Amino acid sequence: MISRRDFIKYSLQGIAVIAVPLTAIEIINPSKLFASKGAKKIRWGFLVDTEKCVGCGFCVKACQNENEIPYDINASRTWVERYVLTKDGKVLADSPKAGRDGFITGRIELGQGKYQDIKNEDIEKAFFVPKLCNQCENPPCVQVCPVGATYQTEDGVVLVDRKWCIGCGYCIMACPYGVRFFHPVYHAAEKCNFCYHRITKGLKTACVQACPFGARLIGNINDPNDEVGRIIRTERVSVLKDEFGTKPQVYYRGLSKEVR
Amino acid sequence: MVHGEIWTLKELFVYPNEYIYWSIQIVMYPFMTGLVAGAFVLSSLYHVFGIKELKEMARFALVFSFALLFAAPMPIVLHLQHPFRGINVFMTPHFTSAIAAFGIVFFAYGAIVASELWFLYRKHFVEVALPLKEKKDKGLFEWIKFLVFCSLTLGVYDLSEESLKRDEKAIKVLAGIGIPVACFLHGYAGFIFGSVKANALWMTPLMPVIFIMSAIVSGIALCMLTYIIVMEVRKIKIKSLRKPWRSVRLDSEMSQEDVKGAEISVIKITAKYLLLFMIFAITLELLDLVFRGYTAVKHWDILRTVIYQKDFTNIFLLQYTFGNLIPFVLFLIPGLTIRRAIIGLVLAMMGVFMMRWNVVIGGQAFSLTLSGYMEYIMPIVPRDWETFKEGLGGAVSIFVMPFVLFWIMARIFPVFNAEEKPAAH
Ligand code: SF4
Ligand code: SF4
Repeated sequence: MISRRDFIKYSLQGIAVIAVPLTAIEIINPSKLFASKGAKKIRWGFLVDTEKCVGCGFCVKACQNENEIPYDINASRTWVERYVLTKDGKVLADSPKAGRDGFITGRIELGQGKYQDIKNEDIEKAFFVPKLCNQCENPPCVQVCPVGATYQTEDGVVLVDRKWCIGCGYCIMACPYGVRFFHPVYHAAEKCNFCYHRITKGLKTACVQACPFGARLIGNINDPNDEVGRIIRTERVSVLKDEFGTKPQVYYRGLSKEVR
Repeated sequence: MVHGEIWTLKELFVYPNEYIYWSIQIVMYPFMTGLVAGAFVLSSLYHVFGIKELKEMARFALVFSFALLFAAPMPIVLHLQHPFRGINVFMTPHFTSAIAAFGIVFFAYGAIVASELWFLYRKHFVEVALPLKEKKDKGLFEWIKFLVFCSLTLGVYDLSEESLKRDEKAIKVLAGIGIPVACFLHGYAGFIFGSVKANALWMTPLMPVIFIMSAIVSGIALCMLTYIIVMEVRKIKIKSLRKPWRSVRLDSEMSQEDVKGAEISVIKITAKYLLLFMIFAITLELLDLVFRGYTAVKHWDILRTVIYQKDFTNIFLLQYTFGNLIPFVLFLIPGLTIRRAIIGLVLAMMGVFMMRWNVVIGGQAFSLTLSGYMEYIMPIVPRDWETFKEGLGGAVSIFVMPFVLFWIMARIFPVFNAEEKPAAH
């Protein structure tokens, strides 16, 4: 018969024995180790200079090639929007085929096979705005994924696990920027991931590399010597739809109030 | 083709990746869970609050709720791009997501309904199983029946006065717990939509409450409707059996009592509750609409064009006029008849369905750009599996499913006069 005193003694010993290896795991937690060394975490950020974009669509093509997106589908990880403001105060916008083939004519797509021709002399101002996933600091898409197939990496990029996604579409609904769609082959949620396979190897994203005008830049904005970080810190930039509290990490130069 | 492209029509400026991703099955999902919750609340009105007139309806509603319960998760499964991965929700539930808890809530609720049913029908199971147990030369069918009912008793054969009293108490407790859980199950479906901040139409804290109220309306309406149909069919069946040229000998104890059809008194009482919840639902919906118009924030411009122009027929004609106003008037005019009740009930259910439609499809009728529109063209004739399951065929199959299940379940849980009629003769 075990006495009460012994029982308490053994229990405490048992707990101590179990607790020791657990604390060991805690001690070698790699992220804490990293932080304790004083190194600042990597945070990938993106800068789009709309003043430089000419709407050639090279970035869209490059992205589709790089990321196994079938050429002819009507969805894209990144796209270019055209905004046209006419002299009589109308705002027209379109992004036919995600802007892949460039904008060569003055015909604005109105959907359902309809177009509107705008004459050059009627245009007050016009510009292009490239779009991509904002890799939000506070991403609603990650919040709503029921299985954790959409997740945020340590360096701030939001990724989708194609093999685990159940295809509920909740993340597509939750993203205020409309960047997500279902991959036609894998039937899993799909979106821009800053070419994670490239940036983690020291390369630029496919779109940044393809842009002949330097309208797109990517960098580690926590790095004091980084170009993107410097511009964001020292110049006037803005983000899209900040009213949603998503804290987007794609910054824009020269954004106009008409941009959606 | 990208998922959704086939049934989406785009107009003006819409982002390239936007389509109607949540189609008819996501309309069916809250509609079906709503019916589950509504049927359960109806049955609890008798068990918990002791509303005597609903006694017969209560038993019926509970079994029906159980049948509906099995159909409720089906729309989601059909909607998933990877239905076989659905199990992942249980393996790695990500609890910041409103959908992640679905399994837990659903099974908790299922357990409550199942145990309530068991206490309610325990006596019946024993009464069927015992005589079969004693019977020596059982046929194959009797063997199966014996095994089914024997296992259903879970080995408890105690039918003493005292134990039956305890059963009743358990039923009361379970029904009591069940009400908040049923409301949660459904309010939570409302939360799935109400919490999507990206969607201007969905995002409102009223969404779960509106969903619960309209759910109860639809649940009550469906129970009443099915009750009327089942009773009337029974009446016709028995009458035809009574015809003199039929050789079937009727059971002597089958009195005139059994032949009666649906009772108008039961219908009248239940209709009162239907109206009550309908008033709640409409009040909340109108409050939501007025509030949006009054505050008129950024997205009101596009919402207004959707509500008053694009979806006018769906919202004001089909939902409010045919789905709410007309049934309301039909039930209020004194001297309610069965026929009038049927019309009112069908319309009320359609109203709730249209409400779900206007939320789910209406919420995707405008683009995130707030300057373009999308239209859902529901696939009627399926071209492939996808257009079947996310089209008319899929929706109808889901709707029919609980009726088939109910028919099967009614063999095990007799819904009418179970106490008076010992089963084996
Ligand atoms: S832009 Fe959309 S998909 Fe990208 S992280 Fe933000 S919410 Fe998620
Ligand atoms: S579609 Fe896939 S990634 Fe998106 S929420 Fe559903 S399971 Fe998660």
